[in-house]
Amino acid sequence: MEFLSHLFSSGTLSQFLVGLSRTTILFIVSSGLSLILGILRIPNVAHGSLYMVGAFLAYSVIHLFGGGVAAFVAALVIAPLGVAALGFVLERGFFSHLYEREHLMLLLLTFSFALIIGDLVKIVWGTEYRSVTLPVVLQGSAEILGLPLPYYNLVLLLVGPVIAVFLWLVINRTKMGKIARAAAVDREMVSAVGINVGWVFAFTFVLGCFLAGLGGALIAPMTNISLGMDHSLIIEAFLIVIMGGLGNVWGALLGSLVFGLTQSLGILVWPKFGIVFPYLAVVAVLVFRPRGLLSSTW
Amino acid sequence: MLEVRGIHTYYGQSHILFDVSLALRKGEIVGLLGRNGAGKTTTMKSVCGMLRPMEGTVVFEGEDVTGRKPFELVRRGICYVPDDRRIFSDLTVDDNLGIVHRRTREWDRERVYDLFPALREIAGRRAGVLSGGEKAMLAVGRALMSSPKLLLLDEPTEGLAPLIVLSLERQILRLKEAGISILLSEQNLKSSLRLIDRAYIIDNGRIRYQGTAKELENNEEIQRMHLMI
Ligand SMILES: Nc1ncnc2c1ncn2[C@@H]1O[C@H](COP(=O)(O)OP(=O)(O)O)[C@@H](O)[C@H]1O
Ligand SMILES: [Mg+2]
Repeated sequence: MEFLSHLFSSGTLSQFLVGLSRTTILFIVSSGLSLILGILRIPNVAHGSLYMVGAFLAYSVIHLFGGGVAAFVAALVIAPLGVAALGFVLERGFFSHLYEREHLMLLLLTFSFALIIGDLVKIVWGTEYRSVTLPVVLQGSAEILGLPLPYYNLVLLLVGPVIAVFLWLVINRTKMGKIARAAAVDREMVSAVGINVGWVFAFTFVLGCFLAGLGGALIAPMTNISLGMDHSLIIEAFLIVIMGGLGNVWGALLGSLVFGLTQSLGILVWPKFGIVFPYLAVVAVLVFRPRGLLSSTW
Repeated sequence: MLEVRGIHTYYGQSHILFDVSLALRKGEIVGLLGRNGAGKTTTMKSVCGMLRPMEGTVVFEGEDVTGRKPFELVRRGICYVPDDRRIFSDLTVDDNLGIVHRRTREWDRERVYDLFPALREIAGRRAGVLSGGEKAMLAVGRALMSSPKLLLLDEPTEGLAPLIVLSLERQILRLKEAGISILLSEQNLKSSLRLIDRAYIIDNGRIRYQGTAKELENNEEIQRMHLMI
């Protein structure tokens, strides 16, 4: 009884909502990874590094503009765009020449980029922790069903579905998205109907990197921005993408929900070891559905 | 219009095409006939840029286009329709047509649907679930969207029911009337004779014979040696 009342106490429930809002960030980052993996077939280990760059860029932009709401909004726009620009350089400069190579080669290349980007971040921002304080208007809490929920988490809970709808529209309703879906399955035939696949791949890679940068910018006020923040995230993102179905953006959404919910529920039920539940969920999913929850493009 | 001069094509180490030459004039339907495994698909892929010949040249409208990428050749007016169709099965019929690069405004979805009214009925359907005949029509329709000057049709009627074969053949003749030149590969002499003006016979990666449809029809020895009759 005591256990149940603990479970449904308002404090733990709002903690659960906070956990759910964090899955927004997992979803944004892993959907970008999934796009790149599904359409370009690049297992991009450097995706986490791009997320880290997004967080550091957000930090710099916010400080440059002196805090406040305007600075914060500017960071949410400029940081992802900066990361997207970096992605554009990587794609045009390196990956675009290597699509015909085997996956191992691409994997090694992305791994070396992860190391290089890590070092560049160290050179530019140093090794100390950085942190971002929320603008004053975002500092309070809202009441949701009588539960206190920090405004920023509420914002995240709203941003998640917006990004999901945006991605759905891009993938299903734009010509570029349709071409990308066709190229995921048969890139040679896409070229054989007159489309320069190279630009489609550049677009997809840049969009994926934008999402990594956006995830980094969104996490900035909630965490210590530091070297190494890419490591745990890239593992989680790959697990989510594998669990959801390689290359399937809805799989990334579902995988993020499973991952985030088992984590926050796990912490409620068993605070000390809550962190293992998402990994158990991944194992359970892969035992019963080795190819992931939703159909994979691989 | 198209001239293939002495091409040699390999898959990795294996040498598949040996000194293949052929030519096609504007407005013609030329057959590329041969048994399964003779090298018809390899020849067509060497022309459309999916494979790069190690030796020899492909000349289109006076320009050497050897080794160009498929999308560059589509933009010059050459479009390949594969024997296994390779329609984009995750997209709808309409989107299969819609994503094609349009070289000119000559062809659009309406005109394709007018040519293949059956496709209009299923425009919103996912292409992966189409029947063999519908896939064959969609593959041709998709190529037409690029307003090609030269179509490479690789066994367009293979595996289709006789009635559907006849109707597809009628559409192919309409394309000829519309001024599109066609290189048509076939294993079957009889059905191709209804369409072609001239033909090349390929066997084991080498051109063995060339002649007009009439000459070929009367040359039973050549037919026995290189074709399925
Ligand atoms: N991807 C490939 N790798 C190696 N050999 C191939 C490949 N595709 C076809 N071949 C070989 O090339 C030869 C010609 O094949 P193909 O051009 O497809 O013949 P056709 O279209 O006339 O049936 C065959 O012997 C076939 O086994
Ligand atoms: Mg063939």
